[in-house]
Amino acid sequence: MTDLTDLTIAEARDGLSNREFSAVELADAHIAAMEQGRLLNAFVTETPERALQDAERSDGRLKAGDGRPLEGIPLGIKDLFCTQGVLTTASSHILDGFVPTYESTVTANLWRDGAAMLGKLNCDEFAMGSSNETSHYGPVDNPWRRNGANTSLVPGGSSGGSAAAVAARLCPGATATDTGGSIRQPATFTGTVGIKPTYGRVSRWGIVAFASSLDQAGPITRDVRDAAIMLQSMAGHDAKDTTSVDVPVPDYEAALTGDIRGLRVGIPGEYRMEGMPGEIESLWATGVEWLKAAGAEVVDVSLPHTKYALPAYYIVAPAEASSNLARYDGVRYGLRVPGEDIVDMYENTRAAGFGAEVRRRVLIGTYVLSAGYYDAYYVKAQKVRTLIKRDFEQAFENVDVMLTPTTPNAAFAPGEITDPVTMYLNDIFTVTVNMAGLPGISVPAGLSSEGLPLGLQFIGKAFDESTLFRAAGVLEQAAGFDAQPGKWWA
Amino acid sequence: MSVDQATVRHIAKLARLKVSDADARKLEGELSTILEWIEQLDEVDTEGVEPMTSVVEVTMKMRDDDVTDGAIADQIIANAPEGEEHFFVVPKVVE
Repeated sequence: MTDLTDLTIAEARDGLSNREFSAVELADAHIAAMEQGRLLNAFVTETPERALQDAERSDGRLKAGDGRPLEGIPLGIKDLFCTQGVLTTASSHILDGFVPTYESTVTANLWRDGAAMLGKLNCDEFAMGSSNETSHYGPVDNPWRRNGANTSLVPGGSSGGSAAAVAARLCPGATATDTGGSIRQPATFTGTVGIKPTYGRVSRWGIVAFASSLDQAGPITRDVRDAAIMLQSMAGHDAKDTTSVDVPVPDYEAALTGDIRGLRVGIPGEYRMEGMPGEIESLWATGVEWLKAAGAEVVDVSLPHTKYALPAYYIVAPAEASSNLARYDGVRYGLRVPGEDIVDMYENTRAAGFGAEVRRRVLIGTYVLSAGYYDAYYVKAQKVRTLIKRDFEQAFENVDVMLTPTTPNAAFAPGEITDPVTMYLNDIFTVTVNMAGLPGISVPAGLSSEGLPLGLQFIGKAFDESTLFRAAGVLEQAAGFDAQPGKWWA
Repeated sequence: MSVDQATVRHIAKLARLKVSDADARKLEGELSTILEWIEQLDEVDTEGVEPMTSVVEVTMKMRDDDVTDGAIADQIIANAPEGEEHFFVVPKVVE
């Protein structure tokens, strides 16, 4: 029998419904992989008993011919999603011991559709980071290493645990969130597929908030079909999130027709950045050739405000974060550090509970929102955001999707980037999409000269994830990416 | 624009974050670098541009004014570092 951890979600679904193996066997295989994979530090909390209970229930339903869309599929959950009765930390010290009394809408949707929970996945603290190095629970190791090297590499971030766990076959799929690239950048660094849906496609209710106008949840999986299957269950209108949009969720798997003849693919010239490594540029060019060969029409487009997306993001995101994180005050949940009076208690708690990057962003956010600076920074950034969105609207009058690199580089080593601004530049190709609220998907497309995965990104029109999946499926087929990291951790 | 240590201390106070002298010195440099980098936005002509208020165009949703939740004081207090019956306990605020 093949190793059950090698199966994609679609393959596992077929195997379960054909009774080739049971949900308990599938859960057991992944629990063993999760335990063997502890060196990766991908999980903050393992929930093997819960996974087995869920699997037993699924076996009952499968036996009765009553299987649901994700029946018996074991999944990892980024530790930013509140899970009832299970520790939820956002990888922050300040949420020590926080056990939610409610379930996030996304995870509730996954359980409704029959999925099993393997555990909670490590991430950057409050999803603020691009390397998973800001986690209170320590960095996650990328399963991938450079050719012939033993040096550890970051898995990207903030959804580093999700991407590493899926790439290392500890779970076939994981939930993730993306505020400036936190799904797509780690997907690229680990050779996995990650989609950030349109803002409003997926409910944010019960997800620890970072920057509310940018945050959006999505899946990380090993192929495009699995991303379609998972997003199908995660998406949908939710009365509990006023920004969730009440539009029908199409059948995403049905969108994978493999036919992109006549599809108009835009290539934004501004993404050809100065100093971009040659191998990223040539991968991008290869991607264009693949799409042309499949019958797509490739068109040059212009997004003139691209270079301003990142600095505008570093006003909007910290501003919203400083407001959202005001709730961590040592009163209602998590850590409390005593002080001389109540203000001293607040200050001590927040100084001890937040890590360096979170403190930096809270301070930047507080500064740009403070009296006298609000118009110069926050209002200015929101105006630039209007211009960025307008760029996309104009470009999308002529094209159906756009193709870009996902990141300007492959995975790097921990400690290699210490300057905050250099770290922020990792999100240069992904952050525009969040600023405009659009969907974006990253697909592994090749290996770097050092043997590390590289990805290409499709950007779509609002609520047109179907076209993204269709185009991504064709690119995936053409790329035939089947490289895997060596199992050095097991 | 760069910030000095007094400004760092002022915004830290607003953000209810205790910073040591060593922190303030370090943050002065870090925050100034970030803010100077952000300033490239000054190059963009935003005259007459509306600031974004919602990234997707939606009309404000209305709902019936019904009570749909409540009577869960136990759950609300469940994670409090210090609580008593159905109250959060904090250091004394009124002398």
